[in-house]
Amino acid sequence: MKHAFLFAALAFLLGGCSGDWGWYVVDPRTTTGITNLKFLLGGLWYTILLSVTAISISVVVGLLVALPGLSQYRVLRAFNRVYVEVVRSVPILVLILWVYYGLPPVTGITIGIFWSGVIALALSDSAFQAEIFRAGIQSIDKGQYEASHSISLGYADTMRFVILPQAIRRILPALGNQLVYMLKMSSLVSVIGMQELTRRANELVVSEYRPLEIYTVLVLEYLVLILIVSALVRRLENRMKADDQR
Amino acid sequence: MDANQTDAAISVRNISKHFGDFRALNNVSLNVRAGERVVICGPSGSGKSTLIRCINRLEKHESGTIHVDGLVLDDSRRSRDAIRAKVGMVFQQFNLFPHLTVLENLTLGPLRARGKSPEEARELAMRYLTRVRIPEQAEKFPRQLSGGQQQRVAIARSLCMEPQIMLFDEPTSALDPEMINEVLEVMTELARSGMTMVCVTHEMGFAKGVADTMVFMDHGEIVETAPPATFFTTPATERCRDFLRKILRH
Ligand SMILES: Nc1ncnc2c1ncn2[C@@H]1O[C@H](COP(=O)(O)OP(=O)(O)OP(=O)(O)O)[C@@H](O)[C@H]1O
Ligand SMILES: [Mg+2]
Repeated sequence: MKHAFLFAALAFLLGGCSGDWGWYVVDPRTTTGITNLKFLLGGLWYTILLSVTAISISVVVGLLVALPGLSQYRVLRAFNRVYVEVVRSVPILVLILWVYYGLPPVTGITIGIFWSGVIALALSDSAFQAEIFRAGIQSIDKGQYEASHSISLGYADTMRFVILPQAIRRILPALGNQLVYMLKMSSLVSVIGMQELTRRANELVVSEYRPLEIYTVLVLEYLVLILIVSALVRRLENRMKADDQR
Repeated sequence: MDANQTDAAISVRNISKHFGDFRALNNVSLNVRAGERVVICGPSGSGKSTLIRCINRLEKHESGTIHVDGLVLDDSRRSRDAIRAKVGMVFQQFNLFPHLTVLENLTLGPLRARGKSPEEARELAMRYLTRVRIPEQAEKFPRQLSGGQQQRVAIARSLCMEPQIMLFDEPTSALDPEMINEVLEVMTELARSGMTMVCVTHEMGFAKGVADTMVFMDHGEIVETAPPATFFTTPATERCRDFLRKILRH
């Protein structure tokens, strides 16, 4: 259904465009078109690698920041608040520039484009992950902790075996949203030269002067990628729900 | 430490507890001998839950002392863990782990907190599941069981930790009437086996049959302590008489 709609839209663009449109730049029937398409699609791998690496890190960091936020100690809760508020206030683009151009002089270590992008995206996302985890963990009934304590489970075991497995099920939709968001935000890493989808489209536009066609392909690339990811996330959610109803 | 604290399974001495300005426990003392069965009753909000939750540190008492099996319960983690290892607890709302099977609910504690091998933990779990008469439910999830079965799983989960003392906080209050008996039967059997038990319950039939000592609480205080024979026939205080009249009418 969705795909039919996509192809209809594409056909409409292709068809109604003979004069002003220059689809030849991405026409798979020509050698140039093929080369260009390959170049554009080659960015997909980097977009995915960047996003998946960043979100893997941000989930872990987010959890580590969320846990002190649930502590009975005020200092730990303050750490959580400060981290979340500060990190959340910095625009991702600014963070990318700051990590890439700012960190090396400060730390003396040069970080490559890829890892600069990963660090900036992960850092930015971790504040949101922390809030998601905190809400998820807080939604678990107090009785679950009490039962765990009554069978002598310590903090770590209670979290690992009782609280987090239940919390993660509840926050799965939110985690799916964050992944989608991350895939889109990774386009910002193009500004420091990361050869992902957006950067490649920009570069091709500079040499081919066909922004409309090339950016249309770019839109479709993101659209298809994200529809696929959304479907996978939904399938995972349904599987967990089915597990719950066994 | 005097003799009466060391001999007792539980010795609660002059403890108090506030929630904000509200005084939930006021200078409460209670002694429970090893093997003794104590039933606590009293009106809603009288502090029954708070009292037994102080015994395994789900609530922290403010003043007074609590000894369990001769160990003092203080702020140290060591004391708390040592006491929790001796004390099992059953809750009104069961509090089973919904994402784990019955068997996993039962083996989690032995595996993680007792360092048992998977085989030992499983064997222990099956032994207690058999004792609460639902060994055939081992592979199911809690939500697939009836309330009475869930509460029996919760009892078995506590027993798998091989406690010396069991605390029950209104274990049948959340159950449909037709399921109350199957849980009370399991508790009665546990009492016969010599387990030290402190039960908060309004099941007076159970209390008459099983309790060595009845405790009546009101407004955060223990108003009356007596063996069931005198407690039910000649309560000493007006408040207790009133309360018994109300609940025995049903
Ligand atoms: N965590 C808490 N915060 C604030 N007040 C509390 C808390 N726990 C208990 N209380 C209050 O303390 C009083 C005693 O509570 P407790 O649960 O011990 O009563 P109870 O005798 O078990 O009553 P019930 O029969 O309703 O279970 C109640 O008035 C209750 O509202
Ligand atoms: Mg209560």
